[in-house]
This record gives sequence, C-alpha cells and structure tokens, in this order.
Amino acid sequence: MSNPAIKVVVVGNGMVGHHFVEQLIEQDIGAQITVLSAEPRLAYDRVHLSEYFSGKTADDLALTTPEHYQELGVAFKTDAKVTHIDKVAKTVTTEQGEVFAYDKLVLATGSYPFVPPIPGHDREHSLVYRTIEDLEDISASAAVSKVGVVVGGGLLGLEAANALKQAGVETHVVEFAPQLMAVQVDQGGGRLLRSKIEELGVRVHTSKATDVIEDGEKHRYKLCFKGGEELETDMILFSAGIRPQDALAREFDLELGERGGIVINNQCLTSEQDIYAIGECALWNNFIYGLVAPGYNMARVAASHIAGGDLAFTGADMSTKLKLMGVDVGSIGDAHARTPGALSYVFENQPEGVYKKIIVDADKKKLIGAVLIGDNSEYDTLLQYALNGIDLPKSPESLILPAGAGAAPALGADALPDTAVICSCLNVSKGDIIASIDAGNCDLPSVKSCTKASSGCGGCAALLKSVVDCELEKRGVEVKKDICEHFAYSRQELYHLVKVGEIRSFAELVSKHGKGLGCDICKPAAGNILASVWNDFILSSDNVGLQDTNDTYLANMQKDGTYSVIPRMAAGEVTPDKLIVLGQVAKKYKLYTKLTGGQRIDLFGARLEQLPLIWDELLDAGFETGHAYAKSLRTVKSCVGSTWCRYGVQDSVGQAIDIENRYKGLRSPHKIKMAVSGCTRECAEAQSKDVGIIATENGWNLYLCGNGGMKPRHADLFATDLDTDTMIKYIDRFLMFYVRTADRLQRTSVWMDNLEGGLDYLKEVIIEDSLGLAAELEAQMQHVVDTYECEWKVAMSNEASRKRFRQFVNSKETDSNVIFVQEREQIRPATEQEKQELGVELV
Amino acid sequence: MSSSSWIKVCNVDDLVDNSGVCALVEDKQVALFKLAGADDVYAIGNWDPLGKANVLSRGIIGSINDAVVVASPLYKQHFCLKTGMCFEDDDVTVPVYATRVEDLHVFVQVAS
Ligand SMILES: Cc1cc2nc3c(=O)[nH]c(=O)nc-3n(C[C@H](O)[C@H](O)[C@H](O)COP(=O)(O)OP(=O)(O)OC[C@H]3O[C@@H](n4cnc5c(N)ncnc54)[C@H](O)[C@@H]3O)c2cc1C
Ligand code: HEM
Ligand code: SF4
Ligand code: SF4
Repeated sequence: MSNPAIKVVVVGNGMVGHHFVEQLIEQDIGAQITVLSAEPRLAYDRVHLSEYFSGKTADDLALTTPEHYQELGVAFKTDAKVTHIDKVAKTVTTEQGEVFAYDKLVLATGSYPFVPPIPGHDREHSLVYRTIEDLEDISASAAVSKVGVVVGGGLLGLEAANALKQAGVETHVVEFAPQLMAVQVDQGGGRLLRSKIEELGVRVHTSKATDVIEDGEKHRYKLCFKGGEELETDMILFSAGIRPQDALAREFDLELGERGGIVINNQCLTSEQDIYAIGECALWNNFIYGLVAPGYNMARVAASHIAGGDLAFTGADMSTKLKLMGVDVGSIGDAHARTPGALSYVFENQPEGVYKKIIVDADKKKLIGAVLIGDNSEYDTLLQYALNGIDLPKSPESLILPAGAGAAPALGADALPDTAVICSCLNVSKGDIIASIDAGNCDLPSVKSCTKASSGCGGCAALLKSVVDCELEKRGVEVKKDICEHFAYSRQELYHLVKVGEIRSFAELVSKHGKGLGCDICKPAAGNILASVWNDFILSSDNVGLQDTNDTYLANMQKDGTYSVIPRMAAGEVTPDKLIVLGQVAKKYKLYTKLTGGQRIDLFGARLEQLPLIWDELLDAGFETGHAYAKSLRTVKSCVGSTWCRYGVQDSVGQAIDIENRYKGLRSPHKIKMAVSGCTRECAEAQSKDVGIIATENGWNLYLCGNGGMKPRHADLFATDLDTDTMIKYIDRFLMFYVRTADRLQRTSVWMDNLEGGLDYLKEVIIEDSLGLAAELEAQMQHVVDTYECEWKVAMSNEASRKRFRQFVNSKETDSNVIFVQEREQIRPATEQEKQELGVELV
Repeated sequence: MSSSSWIKVCNVDDLVDNSGVCALVEDKQVALFKLAGADDVYAIGNWDPLGKANVLSRGIIGSINDAVVVASPLYKQHFCLKTGMCFEDDDVTVPVYATRVEDLHVFVQVAS
C-alpha cells in the first residue's frame, strides 16, 4: 500500500471494542491500531462475568492477552482513561496526559451501572456489578456480611442475586416494578419466575421504592421503603439499569440522545465525521442495545466502513434466552403484546413451574413475540418463526402445548466438543477419535486398537461406540448396530427376538439367529436379556457359560483373581446383629473390609472355594445377594429422612428399602443406581442417579437419568409431588422401557439422549402412555418382582452349582499365586515385587 | 519332546459344557474347556500373562472367525484354545496341552 497506514484509535476495550479490533484486522487494510482502556486489563467476557463466582479466574474470562495484541501489531494502553478529544487536531489525550493522533476515532466506552440517588447510597458495602474489580469487592464484602440486598430485579439483578446466594449470604431482591424482569417478560411470566426464584431461597420484594438507606440495628444498614416498611441488610448491590458512558461525547460536543447515548447513523458514525461509536454507548434510532450481539454487529459495520465497505447497521433482534439460577427464561420480540391488534396464547403448568406464551399478529399468521419460563426447549423453533416470518400452523397454540412439543432431540455424542476426553484411562479425546477415523479406521475395533481407547477399565465403551457411530454416520458410512460378529442385530433387536420367539437359551438364539459360538460380548448380553425376559436362575446349566465371571461366581473378581462379596443392605440400613455377623465372617475368612460408595460393606480377598462357605454363613444370618456383580440394580442410597432428621419431610429410608426390595435383581443393559432424599437438602445425592427421589411436603419428586462416574450428569426432573403408588408405576414403566429398548452397556442418560424427543418423549410414553405400553410394562415388572429369588440361596441349595466353586477339579490345593500382605491392619494383595521377594513362583 | 506323560485328571462330568474348570497337573494350573455336543477337551495354561493371575478357566468361551477362544475375565483379551495365541497381542501366548478322553476320564499331557 502506498498511502501511509491509516491511524485508528479505539477508546474502550470492552467486548465490543475488542471485537472491533479483530474485525478491522480481518479487513486487512494495514491500519495502525491503538487501543486505550480505562480498565487495568484488556478485554474480558463480561457476559459470563458471573462465572467468576463459580471458580473462573480473570484469565479464564480474558478475550485476549497482551502477547496476542502484540502479535497482531495492535498498540495498547491499560489504565488509560481518555479525557480529551481534539476534533480539529484529531488527537485524544489520556488522564496521564499522553496524546494520540487519529485518522479515525472509535468510541466503545460501553455503559456504567446506574445507582439511584437514594440518600445514603454511597457507603461502604454499597456496590455495583459490572467489572472484575466489582466482583472482587462483592466477594470481599460478602465474606463479612450475613444478608445482602440487590436493588433491581431485572436480568442483571437476578444474576447478581445468584452471585450473592452462591457467596453464602441471605439474599433479597428489591424491585420497584410490580414484577421481575419487567423488560423481557410479561406479568404472568414474571409471577412464575418469582415463585421459582423464591423456591431457590431468594426473597423477592416487588413494588418497593427505597426512600433512604440508614444505619441498621441488627445489620449494617436499613432500607426504608415508601409506605413505611423496612429491610435490614449488611450489603447492597445496585443493579438498577445501565447508562451509556457518553461523558466524552457530552464534553466534546457530539450529538446525544435526549436521555443520553451517542447518536449514530447506519454506518455507526457519530455527528462528527471520522468519529464512530459502537456498543452500549451508542444510540441508534433512539435505542440503546444492552446486549453484546448488536454491539458486535456495530463493530463489524464500523470496521467495514473504515475499510471502504458498505455494511449497514439496521437494528437488531433483542430476543434472549438464558438460565437464571437454573431457571430457563426466554423472551422473543414483542413480549408484552404492545403491537396493535396482537393476540396471545398462554400455557401454564404451575406444578411443574412452566409458563409459555406466544404473541401473534391480528391475522394469526405470524409470530411476533414469546415468553418462556421454566422450559426453553421451544425457544429455537419459536425464534425461527419470529425472525423469518414463517407462517404459523392453523392452531398456533400447538407450538407451546405439551402434546405438540416437537423439540429437537438432544444431540448426544455429537454435542461433545472435540476436546472432550472420552477414555480417561488412556486420555483419548473425541478429537483423537475423529483423527483416527480420518486416518482410515472405519470401524469400532480398528479405532480402538489405533487409539487404545476403552482398553483401560472399559467404562467408556458405550460412549466410545456412540462417538464412533456418530462420526461414521456423518461420513456416510452405514453403521451396523450389530452387537458382535455372531449376531447381525442390536441389543434391542435381540430382545425382541427372544421375547417374541420365546427363546429360552443361548444355544437356541445362536442357532436361529446367529452364527459361531458367540463371544464375551454377545453371551453376557444374551444372558442378561434372557434373565430380564424370563427371570430364570442365571446359573442354570443352560445359562452358566454365558456369564462374565462376576455373574458366574456371583461376586466381583479383583485383580488377583480373588473375589469381593457384597451382601445387600437395602438403603444402607443394617442391624447391629447383622453388622456383627459381617465382622465375624470377615475375621474368620481374613477378608479386607471396606464401605462401598453405595452405602454397604464390601468384603475383599475371598478365594473361589471360600465363597460358598462365606455365603452359607451370610445366608444363615439373613443376608441376601447384593447383585454388585451384575448389570442390575445396585443400591438405593438414602438419607436418614424424617424419622430422625430435623429437616426431613418424608420417610426416605422406608421408601428406599421398599424400592430396593422391589427392583433388586432386575437385569438391565447397564447397572442402575437409585437414591431417596428426605427433603430438598438432598443429602442422598439423588440427582446423580438413574432414578432419584426427593421428598416434598406433598409427596415425592421423581428425577430420572442421572449418573455419576466418568461423565457425570444430573438427573432431569420428571414429575413432581407424586404419591407412592403413582411413583412406583412410573418407575416400573421407566425401567422396563429402558430394559427393552436400550443398547448394551448404555446407561439411562445416554439412552434417553438418544431417544428421539428425549425427556419429553419419555414423559409421553410413561405419564401419558402414548404408546399404549404402560400396562404391559407394569405387568412385566410385576413378573420379575414376583419371581425374584436370591441367587446365592439358589446356588447354595444346589449341589451342581456348589461344585463350581472350587479352584481345582482334582485337588484341594489353593491358588499359590494368591498372596496377601498386611497393611493398616488388614490384608491386601501382594505386589509383583513383594511376591518375588517372598519367593512365589509365578505360573 | 522328551518324555511326556499322560496324566489322568478328572471325570468328563467334572467339566462344564461351554465353560471352563481348572485342574492342578504336576504343579501346573491347567484350564480345561469343553463345548456342548463335542467330545474334544481343550487345555491351556490357567495363568493370564497380561492380567497376571490364574484366571483363564473362568473366562467366557467364544469364537473369532473359526477359532475357538476364551476371553480373559480380567481385561478381556482373547486366547486361542488350539494354539494359545493372544489375538490382541502377537507377542503373547499361553501354553497349550494335549488332551484325550478315555472311559469318561480326561487325560492331559504335560512335558515333564
Ligand atoms: C453481569 C453481566 C451479564 C451480562 N449478560 C449478558 C448476556 O447474557 N447477554 C448479552 O447479550 N449481554 C449481556 N451483558 C451485556 C454485555 O456485557 C454488554 O452488552 C457488552 O459488554 C457491551 O460491550 P461494550 O464494549 O459496548 O461495553 P463494555 O464492555 O462496558 O466496555 C466499555 C469499556 O470502555 C471503557 N471505557 C469507558 N470510558 C472510557 C474512556 N473514557 N477511556 C477509556 N476507556 C473507557 C470501560 O472501562 C470499559 O472497559 C451482560 C453484562 C453484565 C455486566
Ligand atoms: C470394572 C469395572 C467396575 C467395577 C468392578 C466396579 C465396581 C463397583 C462396586 C463393587 C461398587 C460398589 C457398589 C455397591 O455398593 O454395590 C461401585 C460403586 C461405584 N462405581 Fe463402580 N465399578 C466399575 C466401573 C465403574 C465405572 C466405569 C464407573 C463410572 C462410569 C463406576 C462408578 C461407580 C460409582 C459412581 C460408584 C458409587 C455408587 C454410589 O455412590 O451409589 N464404576 N463400583
Ligand atoms: S473401583 Fe476405582 S480403580 Fe476400580 S474402576 Fe472404579 S474408580 Fe477405577
Ligand atoms: S435430605 Fe433432608 S431429610 Fe435427608 S438427611 Fe438431608 S436434610 Fe435430612
């Protein structure tokens, strides 16, 4: 370029100012850019500022770094507030007196929090919520406060309230208007939002105007409201709206709006040639956009204009979708139905806390607005209707009524980022798997052997498969759902074949529908299916060879070939007498004793030949098998509940015992875990289980499809305030539907995410019985419940199966390679080295 | 092979169809397998060289293409019952022993 480089000075390095820098560099006109920032750091993500309270650091939030700007050739100064513009000389001057010349000046000074001039507002512990420094002050203040008040119940105020709550102070929100989020949400939505937020423990005070802030009696301050009421607090957070930062424009004669804001045209130019304004300081068509996306749009337009392009800013959509304290809130277009002739449809489900409203034009042809509280699943669809002027269906209400909910299914494996670690044992990420597929590995086994994924503990097998399947499908490879080389069927298909064909053995299944001898994949899967369909004894001579060693010997094999024994201890309840028996047995057989994560006791180090002796004693004492070895119900964890706990509202232990006894032994595609908590404090961590139950004043809230483990997932709230009978019905239907339709080793969460329609679909099937299957599912479950037998009891009463529990068919010797040493007064397996030192001959 | 002897180990009905048992033959742990409806008895070492424990008799029998295999119950590698070869790792094999059945007795031949 022959012209000297054009000098561009950007005042303010907020989100929009930074975006402008990136956009201008992309224009590639060799501009010489200087950034002047009043803050002590370069741009950061203000939109996610609140995450600072959930552990993000300033570095995590940073949008750029000094090194990055240097690389781009961008000059910058922090702590450099601009105080002077000379429009004639075309220079700006900072507080420190430094002068910078410009050809083009861009004002991206953003906005500042508005603090209402209430007498007494400007004291210590009286704060705002805008910058990282503000957040540091809030943390410091919260640490020495018990009660906090947020003044302002808008979007930001509620975010601020959440931050205070997380900081552990009792939180109040004071709002001048009669409802929360008055800008985005209508009255009905505001009412529901309020009740949801109060449920979370935040106190809301609407229609309250604060007259004065005085010294408090119990707490630091006292807010006195018009009309005489008072509220005491230790700290005050003002979030009463924002004001455009237009001080420079005011002082140096750029055109301003009546109520502030730097007036700009469609090119983002101010009243002064060569001076642009973008972001929250700019007023376009008499409107300030308080969102980041319109600001980014302005940045793009200004950069294009400087580079000679012809982009124009013509307004922006203010629709928003967000989660406030875990509550979905969506607002689209004309949420208040202010358009003349506008008509609205409302759906409200108070028990579940869902409010949906759509606003349509007078002809009922176009969607012009919407409000969603408690459930944003239709947001994307509604927004498409509104933005693109798509003709509405004949009955527009179908868009928000539950039956017509055509929500897109969750994306499952596809939704994971490439950085997601799939196999944590061998640290294989989704990106590694994709790379391996790109390198020509076109099926699961070759991806496995190339990446080594799933060759550790194997816990990731199902996830790995769904990632590989999904990637292959994307590449147009037809994915065979075949369970293994012996059957050209998926688990679900095999299930149907067994049930419909009344097949009762693996031999029959493989001769009719498969080939070869089977393997360690299809045999246990078939054993599991046969068990869940017929509930026959899994060690009958037909079935015995099908089982993994854990199932065969009804115990969990450990690394040295010994087993661990876990008797059932429903809900974690145990009598002193039974506890003593466990201690005696452990002592007698010299077993290592440890509590499991599922509230029961695990006895380790039992040799094969000891298992029957141990179980004879346990059965005698009234124990039964805990099924810890099986793909089936593990435990129903419980807290102590209303019987003992000061807070409990229902008998969680009793409920957990009943449920554990009902579903024990049910064979399923993967292990199933459940828990029951006696109140919302959730001490049993029920929301991390496949089936989680939390007591309420009126009954039980049911959560489904959560799990802990490698990829933890919270359970989804499925139904509220159920009575016990209804809840058991729902769980019966849920479990049987899962047993019938899930893939091998697919946990409930992944299964649900892969069902088209996801949670909503599941609700239809289970609550509304949309498939007409409910009665059958319940009957099938009842059959399993009625035919339950303790497998250890059956095994011990049968000579043939007792005989299987011996190390050698021809000798009473024991396995000489099983060697224990002492540690913390118990046994543990000796290491290789210790064995060598002890002179044990291997093999 | 020098002198190797046939040793009577157990009765045929001590074996379990489509599954394994372990026998102690001259201080060696030998895993014995029998398929349903077939007379052959397979014998390999019980020691899993990858899992490092005496467990192969407790694995699941299956087939990979035409080969009859057992899957280790510890980490699921497959061993061929005829050759002792590990399918997942060419460098690994387990010993294989000859067997015969006479008068419902199972004999195993181990090198002495
Ligand atoms: C807690 C919080 C949550 C939010 N959540 C959302 C959301 O979910 N979605 C959404 O779209 N928007 C959200 N916003 C709004 C969004 O952050 C703003 O729209 C966006 O940051 C505006 O960018 P900006 O660059 O115009 O202003 P700012 O980010 O405010 O940047 C302006 C910068 O200019 C500096 N400056 C001012 N005057 C001068 C001067 N004279 N000299 C030098 N520098 C100066 C300021 O110090 C500041 O650093 C949220 C805002 C907050 C505070
Ligand atoms: C070889 C594999 C595994 C074995 C042998 C095993 C064994 C066990 C056993 C015996 C328990 C105690 C449960 C009880 O009381 O019945 C347990 C608990 C648990 N396991 Fe595993 N497990 C294995 C793999 C996994 C994997 C892959 C995950 C994660 C995806 C996992 C997650 C858990 C969790 C979260 C608990 C605690 C349960 C609770 O708090 O309710 N386990 N495991
Ligand atoms: S018990 Fe511990 S070591 Fe074993 S698989 Fe589970 S998390 Fe891993
Ligand atoms: S969940 Fe509730 S009832 Fe149960 S222990 Fe915790 S506080 Fe008590």
